[in-house]
Amino acid sequence: MREVAVIGVGCTKFGENWDTSFRNLFVEAGALALDDANLSGEQIEEMFVGNMSAGRFVEQEHVGALIADYAGLATDNIPSTRVEAACASGGLAFRQAFTTVASGMADIVVAAGVEKMTDVGTEVTTDVLAAAADREWEGIAGVTFPGLYAMIATLYMDRYGLTREQLAQVAVKNHANGVKNPNAQFRKAITIDTVINSTLVADPLRLFDCSPVTDGAAAVILAPMERAREFTDAPVRVLASSQASSTIALHDRKDICTLDATVAAGNRVFEMAKVERKDIDFVEVHDCFTIAELCAIEDLGFCKKGEAGKLTEEGVTAFDGSLPINPSGGLKACGHPVGATGVKQVYETVKQLRGDAKGRQLDAEIGMTHNVGGTGATVVCNILRRV
Amino acid sequence: MTVPRFWRKQQNRYNLIGTKCETCGQYFYPPRNFCPDCRRDGKIIKNQFKGTGKVVTFSIIRSAGDQFSRLTPYVIAIIELDEGSRLTSQVICEIDEVYIGMPVKQTFRRLGTDGESGAIFYGTKFIPA
Repeated sequence: MREVAVIGVGCTKFGENWDTSFRNLFVEAGALALDDANLSGEQIEEMFVGNMSAGRFVEQEHVGALIADYAGLATDNIPSTRVEAACASGGLAFRQAFTTVASGMADIVVAAGVEKMTDVGTEVTTDVLAAAADREWEGIAGVTFPGLYAMIATLYMDRYGLTREQLAQVAVKNHANGVKNPNAQFRKAITIDTVINSTLVADPLRLFDCSPVTDGAAAVILAPMERAREFTDAPVRVLASSQASSTIALHDRKDICTLDATVAAGNRVFEMAKVERKDIDFVEVHDCFTIAELCAIEDLGFCKKGEAGKLTEEGVTAFDGSLPINPSGGLKACGHPVGATGVKQVYETVKQLRGDAKGRQLDAEIGMTHNVGGTGATVVCNILRRV
Repeated sequence: MTVPRFWRKQQNRYNLIGTKCETCGQYFYPPRNFCPDCRRDGKIIKNQFKGTGKVVTFSIIRSAGDQFSRLTPYVIAIIELDEGSRLTSQVICEIDEVYIGMPVKQTFRRLGTDGESGAIFYGTKFIPA
């Protein structure tokens, strides 16, 4: 297997981008990544695009070809593949691109993610997102996607004594980070009171426990490490990329409060990267809901089950803490265009490791990403290192 | 959900019929036709569940998809049947009545409709036991 590097990254502003179309979101992110890698476009050999549900959000399937076409690559007839794993679609695209370069199948490969969610109303969005779970045995009962994570939170609070304020602190911390990120959907600090006085969505989760509905796209360009310096002075090495699956339905998990696919993907990525938990300088985790960030910190092995709320309350996971979690603002403040999120996490990690994260720069050598599909039926983890 | 997609599972949904692996003794509701532990050595047979169990965890849905928005707020729960399998269902009770460990039993109820003039789907929900 060859060593793989990220040679360029691009990301649109995340938000309610009503003046931009699905395809133009992608083109914007792709052009930024090409610029960043000093590529003109014809060197690109293959593309993978993460997208959850263009078919229902913008009534468009066949996304791989569409994206290649509007990226100006149709004349080169390059292979372009759309991959889907609900909210982990972007992470999956990145891993496919990684394995393609690592295996020697191709040298210059694009991993992108795009989602245009705000062209439909809230009830349709709720229904589309519920399809990330089991439609025939969860969705049919009327459970929403926030409702599933809410059931994790109910049991977690009962079992571990997590307080409402500790849970709210996850959102407060991620909003504080989002203030410093120019691409973030929300750049406004909030307090614990903001969270605990917001509208109930699915008890105990309130509006400010939930990541928002977002338009956005991100793209990164991968190359073999041995060629990376042809394109950039600051390549970032992908030490490892892992993927795991688990039961599609939450009710079938051995433990409702443990995302066992996160445990598996986490263990695999650390083994492959040959680094320890203590070597990780920061993590971009999948905080689609506040409770999801706490489960992620624990299931990735950074603390024992039931302790992440206390760590958050003590500031360990804050920007200036010993293990910053979601310096980008995470899904909560940066926004969550579902298919794009996994690629945006890599974008953020590369920015941090290159020292390009203006206004929110950490002192970091090794960063990690964690992207979840559904309630944990697919998980993708990556570890990247400054070269 | 389209009519044939619902009809295929009508027996399961109306009467709480799932499956059981005779090799290892595990029960499956929702039904599985392949035992994830015994795989090809498994022998799957139909199983009529008793219809009683307890609430493992729950939430109150306040904001729902278009099919369910008229019902809000309503109780959703993961229920462990006495035989050991778990499923997701609504619990028909007051929203402040539900708790972890609450005993529940099955009841026959309307699950939803396929649009304003479409088919009405019936199946199992749960009530306090």
